[in-house]
Amino acid sequence: MRGLLKLTWLETKIFMREPLGFIATVVLPVALFVFLGRSFASNGEPSARTRQLLGEFVPILVTLFVSINAALSLVAVISVYREGGILRRLRATPLRPPVILGAHVLVKLLFTAMSLGAMALAGRRFYPVAVHFDPVSYSLAVLLSTLAILSMGFVIASVVPTARFAQPIGSAILYPMVGVSGLFVPLASMPKPWAMLGGVLPITHAVALIRGAWAGAGWLEQWPHVGALVATIAICLAISDRVFRWE
Amino acid sequence: MKGPLQSPTMPIPRVIEVSHLRKAYGSTVAVEDVSFEVFEGEIFGLIGPNGAGKTTTMECVAGIRNADSGTTSILGLNPRQDIYALQSRIGVQLQQAQLQKRIRVWEAVDLWSSLYPRTVDARVLLEQLGLSEKRNASFMSLSGGQKQRLFVALALINDPEVVFLDELTTGLDPQARRAIWDLVNGIRDRGKTVFLTTHLMEEAERLCDRVAIVEHGRLIELGRPADLVRKHCPERGVVFSSDRKELAPELERIPGVESVRADGASYVVRGLGDGVVTGVIRFIAEQRLNVSDFRTVMPTLEDVFLKLTGHGIRD
Repeated sequence: MRGLLKLTWLETKIFMREPLGFIATVVLPVALFVFLGRSFASNGEPSARTRQLLGEFVPILVTLFVSINAALSLVAVISVYREGGILRRLRATPLRPPVILGAHVLVKLLFTAMSLGAMALAGRRFYPVAVHFDPVSYSLAVLLSTLAILSMGFVIASVVPTARFAQPIGSAILYPMVGVSGLFVPLASMPKPWAMLGGVLPITHAVALIRGAWAGAGWLEQWPHVGALVATIAICLAISDRVFRWE
Repeated sequence: MKGPLQSPTMPIPRVIEVSHLRKAYGSTVAVEDVSFEVFEGEIFGLIGPNGAGKTTTMECVAGIRNADSGTTSILGLNPRQDIYALQSRIGVQLQQAQLQKRIRVWEAVDLWSSLYPRTVDARVLLEQLGLSEKRNASFMSLSGGQKQRLFVALALINDPEVVFLDELTTGLDPQARRAIWDLVNGIRDRGKTVFLTTHLMEEAERLCDRVAIVEHGRLIELGRPADLVRKHCPERGVVFSSDRKELAPELERIPGVESVRADGASYVVRGLGDGVVTGVIRFIAEQRLNVSDFRTVMPTLEDVFLKLTGHGIRD
């Protein structure tokens, strides 16, 4: 436990020392959020359609972007650490393997929370429409979704051959999932095969869960999505446990 | 000069016992069949070319890798089953390991300190390793020698009984290498057992009390460096320049001399055994030669390696 806290704090400090990583993780999503909001509402009083875009679509899009970014960053860190022999070195200490990897998950969650918190603050001041949501419900939905996406990141990190390909391969796997997630086009309006594909992909359930939490849906009616994401985490951790490479 | 093994009065405890170790990666057999023992307080070296199986052997002994078969005991523990008990009693420096680019020296030492039940004073350790001034430097800003010294510090932070050092000086310049050698001697002088691997024969010769020569996953010879040289390479050479030409026929009559090459008044005399050197000196004295240059050419571990394997270590 002491090792986990120590390593998490250390990795947090190390991450903050990389200016580009910090900008991409915290500053960029906030800027994107405010920019999207402003550009949709540039022509006077927003219409009902614009209001819906601003009140629902943009916040969820940016939330998802932050979660996926965290996973891509996790994939990059893990593969760089593996390639540099850092994982190997840490593993030769009394630190248990789950602690070494768990510290990175905690760091990613911390920065996800930071960027979403910053978005909420920036939103109050600069966002063109007021949004109402249940922060607890929304946070829990984001936490579960992010954990599921991070666990997919572990599987990706296990299979990417070198650090150079980590980010591109991770993006090529995760971003297309957003396309069939029902975020842009509802699953019901998609061609059947695409809708079926979307139905089995974890990000679809993440989108649905976050959207539901955002709209104030009760957790009871959300259980299929919760179940799907919990299953995703369990399956991905089981796969990682078998195929994860430390060197 | 060196060697805890020279005292015959008490049996030296065995710290590491390896018997018929074998390890394969898929169809590639890294270690075929290796057996040896390491005694308390010695510097023991596994030497051989890259890919000989040195690192794999060391990592199996240190509990970092699981062997496919064979038995290994270290400090009376099984490195596979007792890894967590073992970790607080050994220190390791791994080949080509890195730390986080932006971690600071003191942060690394502090993290490592927090992981072990018993540690030495980190400030004193950094002082001893000449890293005090680099306390706040990031890992990526350190020179190769400084990085290796930091890794040595991390390997020593828990005051281990056995220290594993894998290719410690590879890639360092001669000056940094010498500093590291002093350091390793210092570790042994503090009563610790050192287990190292190297492909540098000079390093093995300078540091190790005993060496095991490994090739193609097998141990082909084991002993003190000087004993191995005496056993496998009895050739001696004497090179000298004098004021007289045409001494070759007389030099060839010295007992043990096998060949003489003359270039004007300069001679290269080769033969077997230490008697050759004495014979040449005696000859020079008897002939009252004026000598402007005189040196002996002694075989080294490198020659032993060449003789045993039929190729040089860098081939």
